[in-house]
Amino acid sequence: MSSPETPTKTISDFEAKLAEADKTVAQFQADDRSTFNILKGVLRRNPTLIPAAVLIISYLAFGLAAFAMDHGNFFRGTVLSTILQQMTVVGFIALAQTLVILTAGIELSVGEILIMSALIMANLGVNPENPEVPGLAAPLAIAAGVGIGALMGLFNGILITKIKLPPFIVTLGTLSIFRALKLAYSHSESVRNVDIEAKAPSLLFFGQGFKFGTFNVTYGMIGLVLLAAVVWFALNRTAWGRHVHAIGDDPDAAMLSGIKVDRVLITVYTAAGAICGLTAWVAIGRVGSVSPIAFGDINLASITAVVIGGTSLFGGRGSVVGAVLGAIIVQLFTTGLSVAVRVDDYWQTFAAGCLVIVAVALDQYMRRASK
Amino acid sequence: MTQPIIKARGLMKRYGTVVAMNGCDFDLYPGEILGVIGDNGAGKSTLIKALSGAVTPDHGTIELEGKAVHFRGPEEARGAGIETVYQTLAMSPALSIADNMFLGREWRKPGILGSVFRMTDRARMNAFAREKLSELGLMTIQNINQAVETLSGGQRQGVAVARAAAFGSKVVILDEPTAALGVKESRRVLELIQDVRKRGIPIILISHNMPHVFEVCDRVHVHRLGRRLCVIDPKQHSMSDAVAYMTGAKVPDGVTEAA
Repeated sequence: MSSPETPTKTISDFEAKLAEADKTVAQFQADDRSTFNILKGVLRRNPTLIPAAVLIISYLAFGLAAFAMDHGNFFRGTVLSTILQQMTVVGFIALAQTLVILTAGIELSVGEILIMSALIMANLGVNPENPEVPGLAAPLAIAAGVGIGALMGLFNGILITKIKLPPFIVTLGTLSIFRALKLAYSHSESVRNVDIEAKAPSLLFFGQGFKFGTFNVTYGMIGLVLLAAVVWFALNRTAWGRHVHAIGDDPDAAMLSGIKVDRVLITVYTAAGAICGLTAWVAIGRVGSVSPIAFGDINLASITAVVIGGTSLFGGRGSVVGAVLGAIIVQLFTTGLSVAVRVDDYWQTFAAGCLVIVAVALDQYMRRASK
Repeated sequence: MTQPIIKARGLMKRYGTVVAMNGCDFDLYPGEILGVIGDNGAGKSTLIKALSGAVTPDHGTIELEGKAVHFRGPEEARGAGIETVYQTLAMSPALSIADNMFLGREWRKPGILGSVFRMTDRARMNAFAREKLSELGLMTIQNINQAVETLSGGQRQGVAVARAAAFGSKVVILDEPTAALGVKESRRVLELIQDVRKRGIPIILISHNMPHVFEVCDRVHVHRLGRRLCVIDPKQHSMSDAVAYMTGAKVPDGVTEAA
């Protein structure tokens, strides 16, 4: 033991002091319990509360604005049900986008995968290859559509992992490739609603629903809730989901931790493609027909929804519930501005742009507060 | 002499024009603590990565318990029982402590929840992680579910060491395990190294901290210019000898600099 009388003799003698070390578990003085700090702490632990609060507050604000401007009752069930019906397709695609963005990637070709799958689904359903078994035509068409979506996702995944290109570049390229393929395949022709209704009505399943008072529940909405639950479970309760987060966080650390990064990334892009394929079925139900030029802006709409929902574009952090809430928020602003406030269309786009910037600014602020 | 548990011969690795390993040999015997020392850029980390599967050598052979192995990734080395703490720690900041400890080897729930729905058994993993951290004396960690990014550098290193000690079954490799630790935590890591050795598992310790190396190691592998210069017994050589060998100030007996 060292003291002025007995100076340190050996190089690790100072460690002898450790016998006197404090052995109690660390205690920390609690934070300043002001309301603001408590609120910040709660939001930090449950980041999904932010989009949820934005959604509720803006819904109330649009309702009050509608009353104040004498534009009718915004709170009636039909308005809410219209908003939810219109956001369903974006909500589905946002789930696919969430998977990809969690790995710090981006998927710009989701819209083209969606339309390609929808075209194949509708064409096979309307002109079945195997007319002897008419009952099998629609299920086969749906399976083919989902399968082709997964295949296109797989193609993206292979380019990203095997040729080691950035996801932005790969999906920017496949965006154009898939767009050209879809126009070539369809000869730029739509599949008409009357044909689908006559020959493959089950393709329209997700557009149907039931009344709940004035509120119209479609099977598409129920499907969105179910798929969100499945994706949430996969991301939060399975090893695969942990690996997706780890890869987005730090791909090198994930590799050294023994995660097969390439394999996980390929499954992520394939799953995203399959979700787009499934969404094609929902979109046919929603629109009733398939046009090769529909859903042109859904790529960016899905990214907007994901970001507003609090998922970080840098990967590793985000939430499935947030993505769905984000999609509802965007649609609420679009519908609210046209129904409750009654401004011109372009202000809706303006609002969506502002939302993205505010959402990311808020996210960055919360991030800094947690450091 | 007993059979080495890890035996590597003539390992070569180039990164473009940079030679990281130039015909490196390596031996680890059962039950020993082997120190690896060397100057910065001598290729210690590349040697370790070759043994832990993170780097595939261009030439050379690695044998584990007498059988040739060719690791294509860290997961294969881990599967073979070689557990590594990297200098960068290889942890995912946004995930929790328990998630990080089990990354890549999650326990699934028993029954249909695990086999069909692939559900992870979080309660069991949390309890195990908590137990291993307590063994290491990391008492300042308040919550096993807190994200790794909220921990200090030393606490992170402690978690990484606890992870390797908990899962290593054949060999534990520690690359600078005490670099970011305080005096007390360093001492705990050194004790932990002794504990792991008592379980019969050999350890490779890479460190710049000569007192630590000379205190715990049975043999010290001196690395210089991409290859093994010599192996010394810390009881017969002084720390200044070791520093002289690894920096080229002195050539050990029976070794010529060119060899």
